[in-house]
Amino acid sequence: MKRYVIIGNGVAAAGCIEGIRSTDTEGEITVISAEKHEVYCRPLISYYLEGKTDLTRMNYRGEDFYTKNEVRVIYGESATAINPDEHTVTVSDGSVLPYDAVCVAAGSSPFVPPMEGLDTVEKKFSFLTLDDALALEQAITPESRVLIVGAGLIGLKCAEGIQERVASITVCDLANRVLSSILDDECAALMQRKLEEHGISFLLGDSVAKFERVAGVESSAEGEGAFSGSYVAHMKSGAEAPFDVLVLAVGVRANIGLVKAIGGNVNRGIVVDDRMATSIPGIYAAGDCAEGFDVTIGANRVLAIFPNAYMQGHASGVNMAGGEELFDCGMPMNSIGFFGLHAMTAGAYEGECYEETTPESIKRLYVKDDLLKGFLLIGCHERAGIYTSLIRNRTPLSEIDFELMKQGATTAAFSSENRRKKFGGVV
Amino acid sequence: MKRVYVNEQWCLGCHLCEYNCAFANSGKKYMATALAGKPIYPRVHVEGHDNISYAVSCRHCKDPLCVKSCIAGALYRGEDGVIRIHRERCVSCYTCVLVCPYGALLPGEDGAMQKCELCLSNSSGEPACVKGCPNRAIVYEERGERL
Ligand SMILES: Cc1cc2nc3c(=O)[nH]c(=O)nc-3n(C[C@H](O)[C@H](O)[C@H](O)COP(=O)(O)OP(=O)(O)OC[C@H]3O[C@@H](n4cnc5c(N)ncnc54)[C@H](O)[C@@H]3O)c2cc1C
Ligand code: SF4
Ligand code: SF4
Repeated sequence: MKRYVIIGNGVAAAGCIEGIRSTDTEGEITVISAEKHEVYCRPLISYYLEGKTDLTRMNYRGEDFYTKNEVRVIYGESATAINPDEHTVTVSDGSVLPYDAVCVAAGSSPFVPPMEGLDTVEKKFSFLTLDDALALEQAITPESRVLIVGAGLIGLKCAEGIQERVASITVCDLANRVLSSILDDECAALMQRKLEEHGISFLLGDSVAKFERVAGVESSAEGEGAFSGSYVAHMKSGAEAPFDVLVLAVGVRANIGLVKAIGGNVNRGIVVDDRMATSIPGIYAAGDCAEGFDVTIGANRVLAIFPNAYMQGHASGVNMAGGEELFDCGMPMNSIGFFGLHAMTAGAYEGECYEETTPESIKRLYVKDDLLKGFLLIGCHERAGIYTSLIRNRTPLSEIDFELMKQGATTAAFSSENRRKKFGGVV
Repeated sequence: MKRVYVNEQWCLGCHLCEYNCAFANSGKKYMATALAGKPIYPRVHVEGHDNISYAVSCRHCKDPLCVKSCIAGALYRGEDGVIRIHRERCVSCYTCVLVCPYGALLPGEDGAMQKCELCLSNSSGEPACVKGCPNRAIVYEERGERL
């Protein structure tokens, strides 16, 4: 009977469990979970604060998941070392777990750059885990003025989540636009406008020089100077942002330490092949901590997104159990909405750009070497998965009616032969 | 498992399947009271271009990208192979729309995603789109799994 150890208990771990069980119903699975929660939907922590879901519905796979799959979970402990020679994992409670195959599904950790005065701020939070969200929920009141450092996906989702529960939100970022890693200037401006319409203010192209505790100012009902337990962030530009609750959403770093410590191949993430195997036999990695192949750039990179984590996890599980599953079509993709305005992005923005814009929508399709390489859609996302499939399958655009496809994603742009396969067979 | 398949050469583009779908999933007794005078939110959609048209609904994929991608764990595969959705879990993030290669997912009237579940648990009991198609342009049958 094979012994499997999974380090981490996020969606990549869930995928790994399901992957193992699709191949091996007998083996013994042990999960080491630093967080004291069953696997939950991490991206829903902002929806939780917004009241759009609750703790029960956020549970990713339901109550019987671990029993049904015969998985033992060690909650509240961490793996502290992998010992490849002994084929064991050391756990923080002192126990040592033998393995035949281990999957590192350890996700990422918040990255906090040094900022002067940060240690004086009492109410400061990251926004990565359910416990972060619950702690933030405890700290905010309808009077809170919240400063969020980082206008990326996590910072802005946090802003959306608490917007109706606090007095004001200011978001600052070194970049001069919101969501700078996935949106271009014009798309970012559209999103920013939407967020501003909902009362969120921005300090972009700016960063915190210093946090200062505002001494002796009592909270008072009216206007200026109404700081309570308050701080001011002095920005490099000279601007000042008063706040009482701070959220740090600058960025994350992949948890590569366990594999790095034993000489495994790491870069920004733990380098894996298309079977999710690391450079060390018997050790696999999946999800936000891994660096797998990105089909749109033809090289490895960390793809810290939920679908990728599940699929890498699943592939790792199948391969750990002796089956064969390749995950060789990873790519960056995001569907992200704020206050009803949705942006969808995928792939790489390189090559010739076909674009179509209206006051409410933007569509950009990037074409290179007869292939769709990437896209950016705001306010026009119907059937966008058809575009994604062109990227994933590397469909030569000369084989389809791309003129029609440009107008809107549709299977009508494929040949009737191709459609017969899609809609007349099992896919 | 039985799935819905398209015979595109027989489709007239009459959109009757869309109405039958919306009705079957309305929980109402009469089509007129269920559908008259309001926008409908069917789970099958007639697509086409020039002289072709065909009805698209979920393919119940063997490797369902939507299920693997849903950030809320709302989409799932039932024991019978049918891909279903716990709509109360959906947070309308549209990630499934971003990955479904067939354009088979669309939001319902309340904004939560909805999809074809083959009418197995509504009053129709079998795909209403197929039952009502006068031209056999969509059929519900076993075509075997390619393994
Ligand atoms: C607010 C927010 C919104 C998001 N929104 C989206 C979205 O809309 N769409 C999308 O695609 N993605 C989104 N993401 C990203 C998505 O959540 C991640 O890509 C995904 O959860 C990664 O899963 P994972 O299993 O690889 O890692 P994680 O979910 O991070 O799980 C790793 C787990 O391992 C644990 N761990 C770490 N080290 C150890 C150790 N040594 N021993 C034991 N346990 C350990 C950690 O505590 C953690 O619980 C969002 C993320 C956040 C934070
Ligand atoms: S919704 Fe799309 S991806 Fe999901 S099973 Fe149906 S056709 Fe496949
Ligand atoms: S829109 Fe709903 S069903 Fe689709 S991925 Fe998001 S939560 Fe899941």
